Amino acid sequence: MPITINIPAPLRPYAGDRKVMNAEPGTVDSILKELVAAHPKLKAHLYKEAGKLQNFVNIYVNDTDVRELAGGETPVSGDDTVSIVPSIAGGRPSQLSVATPELEPAEILRYSRHLILPDVGLDGQRRLKGARILLVGAGGLGSPAALYLAAAGVGTIGLVDFDKVDETNLQRQIIHGTGSVGRSKLDSAEARIRDLNPHTKVEKFETRLTSQNAFEILREFDVVVDGTDNFPTRYLVNDACVLLDKPNVYGSIFRFEGQASVFDARLGPCYRCVYSEPPPPGLVPSCAEGGVLGVLPGIIGTMQALETIKLIIGRGRSLVGRLILFDAMDFTFRELKLKKDPGCPICGEHPTITELIDYEAFCGIDTESGHDGPEITALDLSTEWREKPDLVVIDVRDHHEWQICHIEGTILVPLGELPQRLNEFDGHADIVTHCHSGARSMRALEILNAAGFASVRSLKGGIDAWSTDVDPGVPRY
Amino acid sequence: MVIDADTMAAVRRQLEADYPHEGCGLLVGRTMVDGEVFVTDRVPVQNVRLGDEAASTRYLISPEDFRCADTRAAAAGDEVIGVYHSHPDVGPFPSDYDREHAWPWFHYLIVSVKAGLVGEERVWQLLDDRSSFVEQDLNLKESKCL
Repeated sequence: MPITINIPAPLRPYAGDRKVMNAEPGTVDSILKELVAAHPKLKAHLYKEAGKLQNFVNIYVNDTDVRELAGGETPVSGDDTVSIVPSIAGGRPSQLSVATPELEPAEILRYSRHLILPDVGLDGQRRLKGARILLVGAGGLGSPAALYLAAAGVGTIGLVDFDKVDETNLQRQIIHGTGSVGRSKLDSAEARIRDLNPHTKVEKFETRLTSQNAFEILREFDVVVDGTDNFPTRYLVNDACVLLDKPNVYGSIFRFEGQASVFDARLGPCYRCVYSEPPPPGLVPSCAEGGVLGVLPGIIGTMQALETIKLIIGRGRSLVGRLILFDAMDFTFRELKLKKDPGCPICGEHPTITELIDYEAFCGIDTESGHDGPEITALDLSTEWREKPDLVVIDVRDHHEWQICHIEGTILVPLGELPQRLNEFDGHADIVTHCHSGARSMRALEILNAAGFASVRSLKGGIDAWSTDVDPGVPRY
Repeated sequence: MVIDADTMAAVRRQLEADYPHEGCGLLVGRTMVDGEVFVTDRVPVQNVRLGDEAASTRYLISPEDFRCADTRAAAAGDEVIGVYHSHPDVGPFPSDYDREHAWPWFHYLIVSVKAGLVGEERVWQLLDDRSSFVEQDLNLKESKCL
């Protein structure tokens, strides 16, 4: 006698609109397997990606849940009836748990435009006051994020950075001013935040974020805003957030393009689910190497502030599970749906990363430039060049950088053209390669060495070092 | 989805009474020839999560409650066609948790309850590929008669 399977209404459209089906005797597992084989569209609704039944799918044999019998191994025979019975779960978007201190009268006036907004209101504003937000990096992304978070009334902003304000930062890092050049970025940012909103407390961590200190620093905060400019720190921030169960508000920028998302491994994918491996060192230039349109980090950093505020007040739809790609030149936003990777090494089903690792090594960075080879300092080059005028100095920067400034007597061969133009050089010549700060010239050195050039060195610190140490007439950029 | 004013009023009263916890229940009805879904009744169900800390952010309807409601509906020639639940203090937009646990085909009526009072109400249906919900029309009728 065949077995009867009862299909619940929600699944009937995927099972030929049938309410009742028949099956051969076997086990619960074998019967379901047969059912899914005959109606493949049922699979996504019955099973998780790993092949386990969804936890809201209940299987009954006659009147008993198979969890009380032998689960999938429960034998089914004769005139048994197998029923697929829904349990139904859901719930509102969960809120961060933050303190909700009372507002002072001065704060009520200051935040009045929030208070009259029903979705923020007094409750939301008190949550903002109670929130503790950590910004990793007080640079291009951290600047606008810190300003808007402070203005919005976030009670405590933590800042991690170890840099000093440099003239070249001011084109985009709007929290710092001309008067702060040479000052620590943290002191400069703190002064600006204090002026903007004296109710916001600033906690300063003047250090590089490392595997040794990340837990200690991140642990005390509710949300982490990733404003880092390098891959090792980005993976470190991600992993620390996953291991500490913190949301990570992600942003990154490159030239004219920006990305933003919210990574929260409890609700969706993490950064590693999306980018399982870093790009090879040097493939993606930093802002210092590749340049960046100054307003772009303003747009992306502001989006990060917005997402952070939404997380704190628990309103709206967050960017969890979505990656926003912004192209400033086309002015287009694209949205990619992100999926949690069950095989993710840190937030997947069988994690292999259970503590913080060596992120420099993970990203393949073993020297400052990511590559290794003989270097020459700007001062030594200047002396040696005077003695040996036939020294060949190749500038591997791009044409538009050459137009900004160049060293007299050098030959311009942009790195991308070098492999095709090797025949322009004598294999026995003494060659020095140079770029802006010393990274690309090291890759040029490797290309030349691989092609059989014997005597090649790279100018340490690039044209920037030449400008500071040898010829101030060459403008820095 | 079409629902009559009396049934909707009963849903609202229940969800306001359940505040600050999430309230939930099942929608019973039938699909008409033109594909329109008509709600004929609602079955309030005890939120299984009541009593645990998550009751203000989660609801759970047990398979036993579902079987019971579905069997009774079948006796009247109807079936469970959807679910309603409240979102205390937030908008009636499905959360990721709603989506991950959703059944296809069901109509999900989400009612925002703010400070104990019913606010916005919206109806959603899961896409076939489970990637998101699509909003459906919520059509209030004065009378239960078609």
